[in-house]
Amino acid sequence: MTLTLPSYPQPDERGRFGRFGGRYVPETLIPALDNLEAAYREAKIDPGFLSELERLLRDFVGRPSGLYLAARLTEHAGGAKIYLKREDQNYTGAHKINNCLAQALLAVRMGKRRVIAETGAGQHGVASATAAALLGLDCVVYMGEEDMRRQELNVFRMRLLGAEVIPVTSGTGTLKDATNEAIRDWVTNVRDTFYILGSVVGPHPYPAMVRDFQSVIGEETKWQLKALEGREVPDVIIACVGGGSNAIGIFAPYAYLPDGQRPRLIGTEAAGEGVETGKHAASVAGGRIGVLHGAMMYLLHDHEGQITPPHSISAGLDYPGIGPEHCLYSETGVAEYVPVTDAQAMEGLQLLTRLEGIIPALESAHAIYHAVQLAPTLSPEQIIVVNLSGRGDKDVAEVMRLQAKAEDTPGNAERQEVLA
Amino acid sequence: MTAVESRGVARIRAAFEKARSEGRAAFIPFMTAGYPSTAEFPALADELLARADLLEVGLPYSDPLGDGPTIQQASEQALAGGTSTRGTIELVRVLRTRHDKPIVIMTYVNPIYAVGPREFMRLAQEAGVDGLILPDLPPDQDIEIADLAAEYGLAVTFLIAPTSTPERIRLVAQACTGFVYAVSVTGVTGAREGTALSEVPAMLALARQHTDVPIAVGFGVKDAQTAHEVAALADGVVVGSAFINAVREGRDVPTLTNTLADGCVR
Repeated sequence: MTLTLPSYPQPDERGRFGRFGGRYVPETLIPALDNLEAAYREAKIDPGFLSELERLLRDFVGRPSGLYLAARLTEHAGGAKIYLKREDQNYTGAHKINNCLAQALLAVRMGKRRVIAETGAGQHGVASATAAALLGLDCVVYMGEEDMRRQELNVFRMRLLGAEVIPVTSGTGTLKDATNEAIRDWVTNVRDTFYILGSVVGPHPYPAMVRDFQSVIGEETKWQLKALEGREVPDVIIACVGGGSNAIGIFAPYAYLPDGQRPRLIGTEAAGEGVETGKHAASVAGGRIGVLHGAMMYLLHDHEGQITPPHSISAGLDYPGIGPEHCLYSETGVAEYVPVTDAQAMEGLQLLTRLEGIIPALESAHAIYHAVQLAPTLSPEQIIVVNLSGRGDKDVAEVMRLQAKAEDTPGNAERQEVLA
Repeated sequence: MTAVESRGVARIRAAFEKARSEGRAAFIPFMTAGYPSTAEFPALADELLARADLLEVGLPYSDPLGDGPTIQQASEQALAGGTSTRGTIELVRVLRTRHDKPIVIMTYVNPIYAVGPREFMRLAQEAGVDGLILPDLPPDQDIEIADLAAEYGLAVTFLIAPTSTPERIRLVAQACTGFVYAVSVTGVTGAREGTALSEVPAMLALARQHTDVPIAVGFGVKDAQTAHEVAALADGVVVGSAFINAVREGRDVPTLTNTLADGCVR
């Protein structure tokens, strides 16, 4: 089998997904984005590039990742069969490596020897540092100070891999600020630096390019499900959404099917302490259209346009926006976006760990929780595929801390129940 | 073009022409609205306006990705002090009661969209704002903003950079109605050591083939020497971070203003 990269009908030639997307960046970057777009367009159909990417995805990442019937979880939920697309099996522990290797190969192809990246939970940073080490590139990763505290182990992994990790103290000290810093670095060093952007956000062509590189997830799901169940299309696909790259990776290969043939596509947004509390990262449920990091999208901001700090238990979902293609899916009803709280995600993590022996990333735990809620409303002949975007090793220390904190909080019986 | 449409454009053009007739490049200081506090800002702006040909007021924004740490920190301080999008426009209204010189607002696009482009332009026009500088809006991204600005008599300024291709320079230059803002270096705003202007002349020459609006150069101008070097090349000299640094360090702003304004003499 030879790898091909998909061609989807969106975005338009201006990089717009309907009214979303675009290129709201300093003029300095526009020529670089034009160059990137042209280089990507060529690479996408170059057999040399594709065969090298295929080799790395197979032999270095370990693809295909499994499509695993979670029998005990299915039994627990009672209803539709729950399959897990095991992106947690990838080398470096998450779906992020698919995109990083592809972009790093593109950097080499474009003659850039220095790559930069932003990271929230650290998974994209680790994947970028890994790809850079593999291909002999200099790597600088921007990471919010608060996230560095929450993800100490990943900071160490990046440094071990030879990357320079730069703490970002501005703003909220989280992913959005790390992204600002990465963009500033790129504006300054644009001539010799490749920006490995980690999600389906940012200026065109990033949302389209990252989607294409992550589409391997959904494409594999098709033939794997065909082999297991005799059909390519499940009834429901659920994936967690921060910026939205793992979700787009499994959604996009199904999203452009005609009405009636498309599975229900559900993105779980981080509702934090509850959308109504204002302490959340649910950009569809709790945001309004705005512009951040070069794209128009649903965004958490106040009525005068100041970005409001997102909150999530999971550093990887702690982002005030959501990729422009998801915004279009939401607006046109191609996909639904549902909020899942911190406590519910913790419950999802607990369930999967106890029932299947798989510790999911806190990000993915949002999707697990919703699958368990939805399954009993469906019949046993129906199939839910959950994209398990990453493994929870990185979150264990934070979960331990939260568990200790919950036990110290009097009157928090419900939470203690969940964590017990 | 109706009278209201030409107001900002005409005032900005006149300011550049006056400077030119006096053998100077226009001196364009920048200050973040509401910095160091909403109470202190108007007096600070007065000190700048004493020598400015045109004042650039920065609308403080939470995520200013074209700015370096100096202006970003000033924005954070102004926001923490309660300066808002509407509040920035109100501060210009206050300045307008005592100054005739053109005042433009530098803003990222999200506050414009959040308030609503038409409402934003209407408020700006009423307050006496003459134009907008839009650092994260390449002109081909959103035609509506420029059209609305024209409808409300506001001039618009987009940016060109050393990385801009000849095609981009033509597109941006033709879209600017107030002045063209040429970024001297690839990078974000901020006073820096050893600003190289080697790429500026070619960029300006290209832009001048496509427009007769004035061209100002900014980013990295910090003292009389750099101001003088830029003034030899451009119609206007923008200085931002150097003033914020001066305020932060408690240095005398009128002295720095005079030094930099004198530096703009050709």
